[in-house]
Amino acid sequence: MDKHIKAPITNEDARLLKAGDYVYITGTIYTARDAAHLRMQETLKRGEPLPIEMNNTIIYYMGPSPAREGRPIGSAGPTTASRMDKYTPQLLDLGLKGMIGKGRRSDAVKDAIVRNGAVYFAAIGGAGALLSKSIVASEVVAYDDLGTEAIRKLEVENFPVIVVIDAEGNDLYEMAVESLS
Amino acid sequence: MRTIDVNEITKNIKEMCIEANHYLTPDMDMVLKEAVTTEKSALGKQILNQLQDNLKIAGEDMIPICQDTGMAVIFMEIGQEVHFTGGSLEEAINEGVRQGYVDGYLRKSVVKDPLIRENTKDNTPAVIHYEMTAGDTVRITVAPKGFGSENMSRVFMLKPADGIEGVKNAILTAVKDAGPNACPPMVVGVGIGGTFEKCALMAKKALTRPVDVHSDIPYVRELEEELLDKINHTGIGPGGLGGTTTALAVNILTYPTHIAGLPVAVNICCHVNRHVVRKL
Repeated sequence: MDKHIKAPITNEDARLLKAGDYVYITGTIYTARDAAHLRMQETLKRGEPLPIEMNNTIIYYMGPSPAREGRPIGSAGPTTASRMDKYTPQLLDLGLKGMIGKGRRSDAVKDAIVRNGAVYFAAIGGAGALLSKSIVASEVVAYDDLGTEAIRKLEVENFPVIVVIDAEGNDLYEMAVESLS
Repeated sequence: MRTIDVNEITKNIKEMCIEANHYLTPDMDMVLKEAVTTEKSALGKQILNQLQDNLKIAGEDMIPICQDTGMAVIFMEIGQEVHFTGGSLEEAINEGVRQGYVDGYLRKSVVKDPLIRENTKDNTPAVIHYEMTAGDTVRITVAPKGFGSENMSRVFMLKPADGIEGVKNAILTAVKDAGPNACPPMVVGVGIGGTFEKCALMAKKALTRPVDVHSDIPYVRELEEELLDKINHTGIGPGGLGGTTTALAVNILTYPTHIAGLPVAVNICCHVNRHVVRKL
């Protein structure tokens, strides 16, 4: 089923989405991948505030290629989400409500998704040129020294994703293989 | 004896890095177009169509096909009658990678040390494989490799008693474990035989063989076809979201091995299987 949602995502929207839904996201999301997650974890360990608001935020696991002149961003597809599994439950417990990536998540992440009424989306892996067309603005807001791994604030319009793990813990990857194998 | 200035190598490698990241080779283009017509899942078909749109945008707007523009893997097949002048060949290759990634707006994804992890900011060094051949030509293959799929690759040191069934199981295990993480539809590069490192290198090299070319060893060709069929019955499908197009090709290379061993390497590649070849 096709759905349109705003980002940041409301608690209600997050709970209404179901595994298999095709969703278009419009609004503000943030990028963070391996190195940014490690830094956020270290920040929390020191008891300091995170560089971005976590409540109802959607994080996109993505490190773009450089933008050509006059463009907001370069190629911008999802990276493998499981590398962030180690850090994700803590962020979900702090209010993170949505994640966009690709590939399977750990049981600990699934539990934290259910516990917090969150949602895990997949964007199409390897379609970075196409996906870049739904990003209208990009600004580095933290960890500039990390280059492509810096945290970016993105303005997206009808950014296309598919719900893989919903707030009830349904997992589209498992459902897909079971129904077609 | 033929003399080649290493600046010629730099220039070609720069161009090849940019070309490989914006345009797929005709073999990959063809097999991806075919998949749109054969895919049985509606969502799978939709994703394959979006991959077509993605390729069109990449070429027309010069946006890399995938944001992971890879670590540059370069095969240098050098005729033994070639003499290089003008400096170090290895430095010239890395200079080509540097220029290609910096001037071509490609992502810099290489860290200086595997544990200290500071970005080199120009995507160097490349991973370079040299091979000596007969004659006086140089054949360069530039194959930027993304790590979503690289991370799902495996080496299995099987026993001779495991036989061909063991080999099939190893390949299917690697593909199923890779699943949605490796950006299917995948291309599966396989090396069978040799030693630990030889089979891994063959698996990588197998990915650079055009996907419409089969092994010329009859039983290996059969194995390629059988495994492709089995993989496409796993249900993983495009994006791992279900379907009948899980792999586009299985390319296998073999080599003699030791009486005690049966090494098998499986190098998984996503649908952005980049491999540009030039002969100088």
